[in-house]
Amino acid sequence: MPEQMRPEQIQITINQQPMTVAAGSTVAVAVALASLPCRTSITGEPRGPLCAMGICFECRATVNGIAHSRTCQLLCEPAMDIRTQ
Amino acid sequence: MITNYDAVILGAGIVGAACALECARAGMRIAIVERDTIGGGATAAGMGHIVAMDDSPAQLALTGYSRSLWAQLATELPVSVEYHACGTIWVARDDEEMVEVHRKLDYYAAEGIEAEVLDSNALAEAEPNLVRPLAGGLLVPDDAVLYPPCAAGYLVEQAQLHGATLLLGHTVTSAAHGRVSLHDGTAFQTKIIVNATGSLALALTPGLQIKPRKGHLIITDRYPGYLHHQLVELGYLKSAHSSTGDSVAFNVQPRKTGQLLIGSSRQFDSENKRVDREIVAAMIERAALYIPNLPSLSALRIWSGFRAATPDKLPLIGPTEDPTVFLATGHEGLGITTSLGTARLLADHLLGRPTTIPLAPYLPSRLPVEVLHA
Amino acid sequence: MTDSFQTIVVGSGPAGIAAAACAAEAGHRVGIVDDNPNPGGQIWRSLRGQSAPDTSHGGGAAQWYSRLVATSATRLQGWSVFDQPEPGILRAERQGETAHLHYDNLIIATGARERFLPFPGWTLPNVMGVGAIQAMVKGGLPVAGKRIVLAGSGPLLLAVAATLAAARAIIICICEQASLRQLAPFALGLAADPAKIMQGLRYKVATLDVPFHTSTWPVEADGDGVLRSVTISHHGEKQQIPCDYLACGFHLVPNTELAAMLGCRVEAGTVSVDELQRTSISNIFCAGEPTGIGGLELSLIEGQIAGLASAGQDKEARRLFDKKRKASRFADRLAAAFALRPELRKLPQETTIVCRCEDVPYGALKQHHSWRAAKLHTRCGMGPCQGRICGTATHFLLGWNAESVRPPLLPVRIASLASLEAPLNSAISNTQETL
Repeated sequence: MPEQMRPEQIQITINQQPMTVAAGSTVAVAVALASLPCRTSITGEPRGPLCAMGICFECRATVNGIAHSRTCQLLCEPAMDIRTQ
Repeated sequence: MITNYDAVILGAGIVGAACALECARAGMRIAIVERDTIGGGATAAGMGHIVAMDDSPAQLALTGYSRSLWAQLATELPVSVEYHACGTIWVARDDEEMVEVHRKLDYYAAEGIEAEVLDSNALAEAEPNLVRPLAGGLLVPDDAVLYPPCAAGYLVEQAQLHGATLLLGHTVTSAAHGRVSLHDGTAFQTKIIVNATGSLALALTPGLQIKPRKGHLIITDRYPGYLHHQLVELGYLKSAHSSTGDSVAFNVQPRKTGQLLIGSSRQFDSENKRVDREIVAAMIERAALYIPNLPSLSALRIWSGFRAATPDKLPLIGPTEDPTVFLATGHEGLGITTSLGTARLLADHLLGRPTTIPLAPYLPSRLPVEVLHA
Repeated sequence: MTDSFQTIVVGSGPAGIAAAACAAEAGHRVGIVDDNPNPGGQIWRSLRGQSAPDTSHGGGAAQWYSRLVATSATRLQGWSVFDQPEPGILRAERQGETAHLHYDNLIIATGARERFLPFPGWTLPNVMGVGAIQAMVKGGLPVAGKRIVLAGSGPLLLAVAATLAAARAIIICICEQASLRQLAPFALGLAADPAKIMQGLRYKVATLDVPFHTSTWPVEADGDGVLRSVTISHHGEKQQIPCDYLACGFHLVPNTELAAMLGCRVEAGTVSVDELQRTSISNIFCAGEPTGIGGLELSLIEGQIAGLASAGQDKEARRLFDKKRKASRFADRLAAAFALRPELRKLPQETTIVCRCEDVPYGALKQHHSWRAAKLHTRCGMGPCQGRICGTATHFLLGWNAESVRPPLLPVRIASLASLEAPLNSAISNTQETL
């Protein structure tokens, strides 16, 4: 495994709570680090990423106001507003 | 193998399913023949709305009657049918359309259809995602929506509980003179054949003035609370009424799940199932005039389907020249709405019972049979 | 945005990168389109903070990516292809923007996805795929000190175990559903290929004594809103293992949806191609996993063949046929080794959710006679995954085949459906002339 440069930290919010993540982290990982499920299923089950490659849609959350964003394919950006669905 | 039935219903779409239930409930020995899946044709492709529609007095009579039958059935329907009495708002863009709103209000009142005028503010409050300002609208609170394939499934199940036989996966090759023949060589003797095969009805009963009228729909992901009522523009009837050409009209429906169904489009002269990108784009552009942030929503699927359209926009319900063949088809975009009313009218006719509304406007004999030229 | 290319490659995993590099080196104007933020596909998925493929495991990633970057190929990352409005034009979307991409030749290199089979508790958060957990780790998920069980089937189990071990996870065990007998020819077959032995040894060294159970599979995952333990079964003998993550995937299935949507012949779940990787449509090629799960080497070779053939370099392409034949033998051994056992069909119970998008349980599904009937009557497959997860599962469980693929290939913004290249057909009447 190649050496990592000391990662830059960025500030985001998840469900309006501030959080710091390493730059280059995916939004799905950020939500996992917050110990939250990304979404709730139609019968009320908590759900998180299953495939982590943009196919299962279980990782959906509302990112910067856009609902149903696939968080496993989105990189965290400064001031990103993430809300679990 | 020849089996005797009192009636054989061809097609287990919503109309065939409703007819099967009415006839089975009346004590008739029924078979339902469906070549693919229950509710798999136009029933699956459409919006699933239950609406009062007034293109003509006969249309309003049938939709009003049938709508009340659905309301009576509502409490029995299983959860999977997703019956949702969300009401319809006919949206008026300007003062000219508000005149039409008031005309409709008066007409509906005279016909016993409850309706209420919404002014610009009331409309905005009722539907915050509509563009502002709009002139207002007409709220028809007793309109509803449901999920058609499960509704057809429920009706068939009930018919079976009343003794009906379901023959799934069988294609009918001929149906006339009291005899129904299937692809596998089986045949039935029957007193009554009900052709409820939708836009394919002419294949079995030649000469019917039914033309397939293509439509497109888009379904979105879930946006609970985005829309509360079915929304339709006042120009919808113009689109539905025309007999030629391609047109789109604003018509969006919220499902109980929070998904939105976006329509509507009508095309003649297009018999392939291919999704027409230009039509879909036009449909979206039209809808975006009314709901400006609609284009930002996530679309899951787009599909097309064929409505069975007749020249006068009224279905064909009742006897044909063959004394054993009866029709329950040609419902264009109102199949879900008028399925229960159609079934009741047909059953009443078959059993010699008085009908609740006159059957005359829907009799097949009103339209001459088309003769094929050599 | 509109652009024109002589060759478009869809997918920037190994096959796509090789195809694009070869087509571009042969002089074609090439565009390579991929819906991930960074190139590399799955097996070469980029590490957090880097925008290039992961080159840390060798396998040619560094060399191939350098070759691609050295060409003038246009790299379109983050674009999701969703439609072909007419032959030769793809429509793609990226965060609200739409692109029309014209091509003379198309190379489909859409890779594979994991096969998920339902079992009680599989929907709990922290139950995910095997490739999935690796993707999450590469996306920044810390797993140091976390207890992880790997289960399912396929060489991915060992490969990912190595990644997890290097990230200091505690791998409790690896459960492979195939029997030792079934795996043996695969393992022995590796002896014929020195490169594979090196890979195997590297994995063994990295995994350090992690128990590797064959004929073992998960029967239940438990937890209170999140995974707490998994129960595995070895010929009926059960063992419950407390863990933080269950990485479970049953080998791979080809992503054939784009090919199917374009009208290419797809048979038995794979895209049919001739020896030059040409599909049933003469200007559309397909390389890598969609033509049959075959692993990295075969993907690279097929990518090269497709890239060369698309640029008219058939003779050059044919020079790779021997290598392809050899690599295909590995593919055949893969399929035989990791075939799924019938007991896995008994895993879901009546209440086990099969369609996760619409929460449809197995009991509701299996009474129907076909995928279409089940879909219409239960809404299974009508969610955003468009049946990719549940369709694959029901194919295994019930023998159902999914329907034809219609656009949009994946959910898109409605705005993208409205964006056309040409002006609207003025023959379509709106019911009102003015706003």
